[in-house]
This record gives sequence, C-alpha cells and structure tokens, in this order.
Amino acid sequence: MRVPVEWLRELVEIAPGVRGRDIAADLVRVGLEEEGIHGGQLRGPLVVGRVLSQVPEPQKNGKTIHWCHVDVGANGQQLTHGIPQEIVCGANNFDAGDWVVCILPGGVLPGNFEISARKTYGHMSNGMICSERELGLGDDHDGIIVLTRYFADRPDILESLEPGMDAIALLGLGREVVEVNVTPDRGYCFSMRGIAREYALATNVDFRDPADIEVPVATGPGFPVRLVDERPIDGRVGCDRYVARTVRDVDASRPSPPWMQRYLTEVGMRPISLAVDVTNYVMMLLGQPLHAFDLDLLPGDIEVRRAAPGEKLTTLDDVERTLAADDLLITGGGEILAIAGVMGGASSEVGPATRNVLIEAAHFDPITVARSSRRHRLATEASKRFERGVDPQIAPVAAELAARLLAEFGGGTIDSTATDVGEPQARSAFDFDVTHPTRLIGLEYPREEVVGTLRRLGCEVTESAGSPIVSVLAPTWRPDLTDGPELVEEVARVRGYDQIPSVVPRAEGRGLTHAQRVRRVVATMLANQGLVEVESYPFIGNGLFDVLGYAADDARRDTVTLANPLQDEAPLMRTSLLDTLLETLRRNVSRGMRDVAVYELGLVTRGSVPKGGAPILPVSSRPDPESEARLYAAVPPQPRHVAFAAAGLAQGSGPWGSSRGFDASDAVTWAREVGEILGIQLQVAAATMAPWHPGRCAAISLPDGRVVGWAGELHPKVLGALKLPARTVAGELDLDLLTEASLAPISAVKLSTFPLATTDVALTVDETVPVGEVEAALRRGAGPLLESLSLFDLFRGEQVGAGKKSLAFHLAVRAPDRTLTTDEVSAIRDQAVAAAARDCGATQR
Amino acid sequence: MSGPNTNYDPVEVAALDPVTVEAARVAALEAAASATTLDELKAARTTHQGDRSALAQANREIGALPPSAKAAAGKLVGGARGAVAAAYARRQRELEDERDARILAEESLDLTMPSGRPGLGARHPLSLVSERIEDIFIAMGWEIADGPEVESEWLTFDALNLGPDHPARQMQDTFFVAPAESSGLVLRTHTSPVQIRSMLSRTPPIAILCPGKVFRTDDLDATHSPVFHQFEGLVVDRGISMAHLKGSLDAFVQRLFGGHIATRLRPSYFPFTEPSAEIDCQCWVCYGQDISCRVCGGFGWIELGGCGMVNRRVLTAAGIDAEVYTGFAFGLGIERALMLRHNVNDMRDITEGDVRFSRQFGMEI
Ligand SMILES: [Zn+2]
Repeated sequence: MRVPVEWLRELVEIAPGVRGRDIAADLVRVGLEEEGIHGGQLRGPLVVGRVLSQVPEPQKNGKTIHWCHVDVGANGQQLTHGIPQEIVCGANNFDAGDWVVCILPGGVLPGNFEISARKTYGHMSNGMICSERELGLGDDHDGIIVLTRYFADRPDILESLEPGMDAIALLGLGREVVEVNVTPDRGYCFSMRGIAREYALATNVDFRDPADIEVPVATGPGFPVRLVDERPIDGRVGCDRYVARTVRDVDASRPSPPWMQRYLTEVGMRPISLAVDVTNYVMMLLGQPLHAFDLDLLPGDIEVRRAAPGEKLTTLDDVERTLAADDLLITGGGEILAIAGVMGGASSEVGPATRNVLIEAAHFDPITVARSSRRHRLATEASKRFERGVDPQIAPVAAELAARLLAEFGGGTIDSTATDVGEPQARSAFDFDVTHPTRLIGLEYPREEVVGTLRRLGCEVTESAGSPIVSVLAPTWRPDLTDGPELVEEVARVRGYDQIPSVVPRAEGRGLTHAQRVRRVVATMLANQGLVEVESYPFIGNGLFDVLGYAADDARRDTVTLANPLQDEAPLMRTSLLDTLLETLRRNVSRGMRDVAVYELGLVTRGSVPKGGAPILPVSSRPDPESEARLYAAVPPQPRHVAFAAAGLAQGSGPWGSSRGFDASDAVTWAREVGEILGIQLQVAAATMAPWHPGRCAAISLPDGRVVGWAGELHPKVLGALKLPARTVAGELDLDLLTEASLAPISAVKLSTFPLATTDVALTVDETVPVGEVEAALRRGAGPLLESLSLFDLFRGEQVGAGKKSLAFHLAVRAPDRTLTTDEVSAIRDQAVAAAARDCGATQR
Repeated sequence: MSGPNTNYDPVEVAALDPVTVEAARVAALEAAASATTLDELKAARTTHQGDRSALAQANREIGALPPSAKAAAGKLVGGARGAVAAAYARRQRELEDERDARILAEESLDLTMPSGRPGLGARHPLSLVSERIEDIFIAMGWEIADGPEVESEWLTFDALNLGPDHPARQMQDTFFVAPAESSGLVLRTHTSPVQIRSMLSRTPPIAILCPGKVFRTDDLDATHSPVFHQFEGLVVDRGISMAHLKGSLDAFVQRLFGGHIATRLRPSYFPFTEPSAEIDCQCWVCYGQDISCRVCGGFGWIELGGCGMVNRRVLTAAGIDAEVYTGFAFGLGIERALMLRHNVNDMRDITEGDVRFSRQFGMEI
C-alpha cells in the first residue's frame, strides 16, 4: 500500500517537520513493514526559468545541442557573474520565451544524481533543463518540461510564473509517498482510513474518520437488486450486502480534479475518467471497492448469483473467461456484467457519453472472491481488498461519498432513493480476560491500558465490576479480531514489541539422539577419508530408472511424482541418493575437477501415493488415533541414506611414485568404514545389482545378513549414458538400518595378556571363489581363539594350475587364560583349513 | 716369548726397553690420530693394540721378569697401554660422531615436497552451520526433531491454521504430489510439520529445534533456491510467554553471531502464530554505525525470519490443551545464516555441489 504523506496529513495530525522516514518508522512499530519511500529525493535549487535565447549547435556526432541563456532570477549566475544562467540542453521541444524548469549546480535529482557546473560540448553548462522523467514526474523523456504546456489547464499558475520561483513546490516534488507491506490479517490497511488509524495508534494522535459522513435516509427503494445464492461456501453467502446509488445527468467526460488525480498517481493508480477516478479514490480512502455502471446500458435488474458451469464472460482485460460454479456473478437483466469483487465486463462500463451512473458498493465473501481471483489468475485492487475482508458497514458511506463527488465534479444530481439489500453477518461479542496479555507476553499490562487500547482500536468493551473478564465487540473493519490472542497482539503492539523482556526458558533435553550422532560421525568420517560432502536437488526424470538399468519390477522405481515440478523433465522424487549425486559428480568433472570424490547424506523416497491419498483431517481437535495412524501411513517411507561416488585418480603420479585410480575397492572400503566407525562389522559379498558393473559390485550386509546397500564400480553403460568418466565408482547405504544396528552398546572383550601365536596357511581355490568366503570359512574353522586373520599373498600361475589361485594368510591366535601350545596352535590351524576345504573347496599347498 | 726368569733385568729385555715402549706408545697414538675413517682406525688398532703389537709383546714379557722388576715394568707398559686404549676409544667416538653426522646430513629430506598422499575431504558448510545451530539449542536444553520431506498436506498446512483457501497452498508456492487434488501430499514448505508431529507424539514440556530441507517453487537464482534449509524452534509448556521467545532468540543470535547482538521483534502476521512477529537482529558487522555496510545495507538490522506465540488452533489440532499450555515458535533460514556469516553472495554456490565450495571451509565453522 502506497501512502501519500499529504493525504495522510488530512486524516491525522502530523507535525510539519515529520518526514516520510519518520512516518515509516512509526508504522513499522505497529506492524506495517516499510517497503520504500518514494519522492522527496530531489534537492534544489530547482527553479522556474525563462529561456532568453537558444542557439542550435550541430555536433560532429550528429546530435544537435542547444546553447541556452535562461533567466532564473535571483538564483542565477547573474549574482556572481552578472549574466543569465548558461545551460547546454539536448532537447529541442522549446523556444526562446518558453517557461522551463532548471536544476542548478548543487541540486540533486532522484537517483542521487548530483548536478554541478561542467564543461560539455565546448561550453560551461551551469545546470540542466529538466524533463518529466528526470524529475520523477512521469515517463516522458521526449523533451523538457515546457510549463506553458504542462499547466495548460491552469491559467492561474501560468500567470504567477516568475523566473527563479521554487519549482519543487510548484510541481509538488517535495511530496513523499511511504510504501508499506500490509499483512493478510489487516485488510483495513488497504485504505487511507486504516493506515491513518494505525498511525494514530502508533503516535497517540487524533484520528479523523473519513467515513464519518452523514448518509441521508433513502426516500424509497433504489435500483432493483436481488441476491441469490444456491451454493454458499461453508455456509457463507457470496454477497451479504449490496448498496447502490444513482447519480443522474452527469457529464462523464469532465476530468476529475487535479488533487484527486495527484493522490491516485501517488498511490500508484492511473487517472482515467471522472467516474473511474471517483470510485478509485473512494476505494483508496475507505477501502470499499466500488463499481460504476452506465445506468442506461444496464439491460435490466441486477441479480447477484453463482455461475452456471460453462458460462462465459469477457472481462475488461479482453480475456474471455469460462466461469466455474463457485464464481459469484453480477448480472443485469440476465446478462453477465462482472465476476463479483474481481473484475467487470465491458458491456455496461461508464464512458464519456454516460449521463446516468449507478454506483455499486457491495460486500462479498472473502473466500468466494479469493477462489475466483485465483481461478482466473486475476488479482485486482478490488479482489485484494475483498479477500482480506472489507468493513460491511462502510458500503453506504462509500456509495454516498462517491455519489457526492460525481455530482460535484460531473454536475448532476443524486437520487434520494437508495438500494441496500442483504444481511451482513452480525458481529458477536466474545469474552476476554484482561490478564491474558500479561500472561502471554510476559510483561505487565494494567487493566486500564488493556481496555483503553481495545477502545482506541474501535472495540466496544463491556466491563463487569470485579471481574477480569470483559466482553469485547470488535469493530466492523476488524474481522480478524475474533479471539483472545488476537487482542493480546493488539495490546502488545500498541505498547510496542520493543518493551518485551528477554527471558531464557528452562529446558532439560537429552542431547542429540543416536541417529543424529550417527549422521555426524559418518559424515565426518567420509570427509576425513578425502570425500567432499555435497547437496543435490532430489528431483529426477522419468527415464532415469531405465538408464540405471533397473528391472521393471525394481522397488526403486516406486516413488511419487510432482504435479508441478520445477522442470517438466524432472518430475519424480529420487529413490536413491546416487540418482542425483552422480549428476553432481559429473558437474564437478565438467568444471575441471577430474579427480573427485563426493558424498551426500539425505532422505530418499521409497513408496508412492497410497490409495485415496493422505487424509485431510479436521483441525478442531486432535486426530483420533486411527486417523492419526492413517495419516502417518499415507506418507511414503523416506529412509535416510548415505552415498558416495568418485572418479579419476585416488592418488596422482609424481616424485613419490605412480598414480592410482579410484577403483571398486575404494567404494567397498568406504562402505566398510561407515560400518566400522559405527562399530559394525559389515559383510561384503559379490552381487549383481544395477547400476553397478555386474562383476564389480559388492552387497554390503549387517552381521545378521540384512543388506544395507551396495558398492563397487558403475556399469559402463550407465557411465556412458550419464556422461560420467570410465571406471567411476559409487556406493549407497541405508543409514537408518545402520543406525538401528549400532544402537545396542558394544560389550568389551577382556584383553588377554598371554602371548600371541602366529601361523600361516596357503590354500589353493578355484578362481571363482571370493577371498571373502575363504576368510569367512577360516574364521569359522579357527573358532574363538582366532585374534586376527590377514591375507598376505595371492598368486596365480602354472604351479597353482589353470583356473585356480593361491591365497596365503597369517593367522594370529591367543587364549584368554593360558599360553597356547604348539599342538593347540596347529590344531586351530588344521580346523581352519578343514573349514576352508569343506566350504570353499580349498586345498592346502 | 720368554719364560719367567728370576734373574731378569728388564733393561736387558729388548721389549721392555723404556725407549722401545715409548716409541710404541707414540707410534700407536700417531696412528690413532691419523686414522680418518673407522676402518683405518680399526686397522691401526690391530697394529698397535692387537696381540702382535709391540705393547702387547712388552706386556707379555713382564710375566718373565723377577718379581722385583715387575712393578716398574708393569707401570711403564700399563701406562702406555692405558694411554693408547683411551686415545683409540676417543678417536673411535670422534669418528663415529662424524659418521653419524654425515649420515644425518645425507638423510635430510625436502619436506616442502608434496607427498602425493590424498588429503582430507570436506563437510558441506550448510551441514556445519546447521550442526552449530543445533548445538547452540542443545546447550540450552532443547532437543532436535526430524521428519519426512514428502509430507502430508494436513500436517503441512491444515494443522498450522493454513486452511484450504490460504494462498500458500497454491501451486505457485508449493510442490504438490500428483494427483494434486487427491494425493494429500506435498513437499514440505517449512519444517513446521515436524512441530506438529512432535506435539502429537510428545507431552509438554516440549523444547525442540526442527532443522531440515524445505521446498518452494522458486527458480534457482543468486538469492533463491527451490530447495533450501530451515530451522524452526518450538517450546510448549505452562506459562510460556513472548518474553521466553525473545530470550531464546537473543541467546541464539548472540551465540551464533557473537557479542551483545540484540534482536528486535516487529509485529507481523502468520496464520500459525498469534501474536506474530518478524525477527531482526542487529548487524554484527557495523552495529548500525555504517550507512554503507555491505552486510546490513546500512539499515543496522538484518531480517532473520518469523516467530510468534503458537496459535491456539494449532495447539488444539496437535492435541495440546490450549487452556493449560502456551508455546512459541520461530523459523529461520540456514542458507541465510551461512550467507550472512560467511559472506557467500550466490545461492548457486551452496546448491550446485561444486567441491571447491565445500573445500573452502574447515570442518568447524
Ligand atoms: Zn551493518
């Protein structure tokens, strides 16, 4: 809302020295956020000048400048140099003898453009002759302002012009406009009446209510209007009050008065015609949207009704709109005239030839207007106000004021009859505990202050002796005041939020949860291993699952689709972090980071919309347990994952040796380490799983066998399709499963101080037998006394035989209670070998 | 070698001739001094101290002397041998020290040479700022609550007093899960549904921080992202007032931005709170003293987010008895905190996953 300061001064007492900035600060205090201050940025000397001579001087660049001498009276150079002001001007729409506006050295134009004497085109130019745009008066930049034309309709002004006169006052350039943001609960602040009331509250000055005008009693019924509503929304009819007044024999071609045009311009509206300007002016003043019909073009009685589906209306913006059953219509003689509270059609619009005007001031249901406005994507000055609630008592006042202005400036007479139909919903008083503000704010508000503030707001407060409970009837312009906390806010903001004390509440939490600590420790570990944490958007395309090679029935295809994705090509929610992390990896590679390892922790979606969707429950009370359970169940599972991916070199070559590329074992190692840092011995087993390379993929499992994820090298086809470097490796684990698996505290094993015995075994197995399986068999066979097992050699060759490999392990064994004998160590070793032979077909070499 | 002889004059025995002994001693000392390597010293030692050396021979001859002569001869030879042994030991140490010093010098390395070893990675600064914020509230006794990102419409809107006709529920602000009319699911536009879940599952006193990812249908540019992070706070207990809200915000801002930074509440409107306020915090760079301040734009205050006392309708829908309990809530942006605190000027640097961005920060910011 743009608030012209001069207009505000008409409604409240504002001290002469108070500037827009001060007004903005006062309004901020009561909750009207400052959006900006317009105008008033110009600083003089800005004076009226008379052109004495102007000599065209063509320039080499093809331009013609004018070397001017301008009489600027006592302000000019003549005081110091004894000559009129010498100014270079690029415009050519003026002649010697014309009255113009000059800014002199030392002046500042809007945009903080400071004027000084400067050498240009071979002359010393002592200022500038100004255009409308340079002064912030309009968009006209075709030429400078020639006052003779600018004030063509104001002979009084033209007669008074003198060289050197202050042009700031003459052009009204000192006027400021304060722009504030109006929150949705304060619809009444979309009017000067509302803003002035808030300003008065903020500064404790008197407020003159512009709605305080007498509406004469109608001598009879006015223009026939019927209100029909077969489909009220939530029990509220679309139109609960319709006031109409008639003004006859108006000359609609006459202009609206300059002061009105000026105010309208300042609030950001374009002056159009007398009838439109009057309705806009009254709307800006009182907050009541009005409509002016050409009475003679109205096809018949007005009926307000809901639309029938499929009905059409071409609105004033020349768009044909198909109406929906919720739309509320103004019709005349059966013809659709307007979407109520939103926008009219062209058919009965007031034009220059209009003689008789019907002024409509109606009260429409906020929800009805909001829905129509959104459905038709039409946000108008009227809809903006109706959506937020208009004072239902203001309609007759607004119509009266508009009729008076039309009659005054358009000639004409106001009918003594009037239409006023409908029944606005009665307000009801509610109880309010005057101690509530003190309790909710934590600051002492005496009873007198609470009641006084409510009365200043316009509330009717009924007190009963000895009781803290008062009865409050909110003013008609404050439909937002319906219960206690809303009144508390009023009391608090009028005293000022800056008075609220600062008290830290006591709380006794239990710290981070295990799951939260797991996230941190895993994230930190991966960073310590050289990977970089990144964030990627969770949106993916329809084709990605095919690219990744998922089977048709892969559970990872089960996700939700966005109805309004940011990009049509990415409407799905990811089901794995790798879905989007790989793209982040690719972006890094394309930006020159060819050796890169990244990771991400985040949620993935694993499930789609349940049948019937998630329930929308009542809000009047807590959902019953069954509904609550249904609600949670309808939200698709979203486990938290951790994923990592790397491409290029793990270590570059240099003086220290040769390079090593990231390979599948890096991914598997990171997966193992995620387990290790959480105290979980993850199991690794060969697996075939998209999108990994079928021969270079490991399934990662908990000790109980539950798979928590996969790691390895990605499938070459996937790499090709995603434009990732060859041999890119990746892994992804379900962090929720790991969290659960690491929840139970680990029990420490008593450390044995008896000597460690070591023994080696060399085994030959088929090439196809994974080392992990041989290790597992050895561990099983060796039993509990095995302390550690490590592979120290692997070789293939003739001695081993085709299709075979030889593995050599160190076994370290120790007993908790004694020194193991050589025989015992040998026995353990033999059992280990036997298990490997039985389970893996291993033979001892 | 001569056998013991009772009538034996040492002077007559050549090996024990004092001149000979002295010559042997001098020769031995010279040889030790002139040895320049441990090997030369070893050779010299064999020559001058070994079994066949003159002094060793002289020593053996002493045994053959008559007892009357033994003492003098013993003193002569013993003195010479002692001096030689000490000289050799000393020279041995000198040469060893020289050798050790030489080896150390030879072993010196250029430690400015890159190791080639892979270095540390990095956390994302958003995570780090988020954890820092979490820790501030943990230290005040709050707990951290999580929830899903694809969330029910009821928990995201209805329960927060954002009715079906509220503008926030329009397609231009919110990502809806298809079919939009019936899925009842959205991408959460704030972490407030976590507040509702927490109120439904816990009993007061409740003091929780809900950090997390949220979604709005904004295109990515220097200051907007369709995916961003928020942290919302909620405290519900008997007697909770707006003063507690102000106190919590003051404490938080001072712990994150330092010093005696003040906060300011301005009246505002949110459907889920009543009374409602915007939170500004004093500019921690200029404290409002610099009209050309880059951080606050000269205003002296920086907008942080919104807050207020939890609307009774919200408490009621979430199963809290609004007659008994009151609560406050606030919501702030993590990106904004990161951008302000670390002079990040382009949102895209935060969201695009360029490793260079994360690598600028340590692991504790
Ligand atoms: Zn600053």
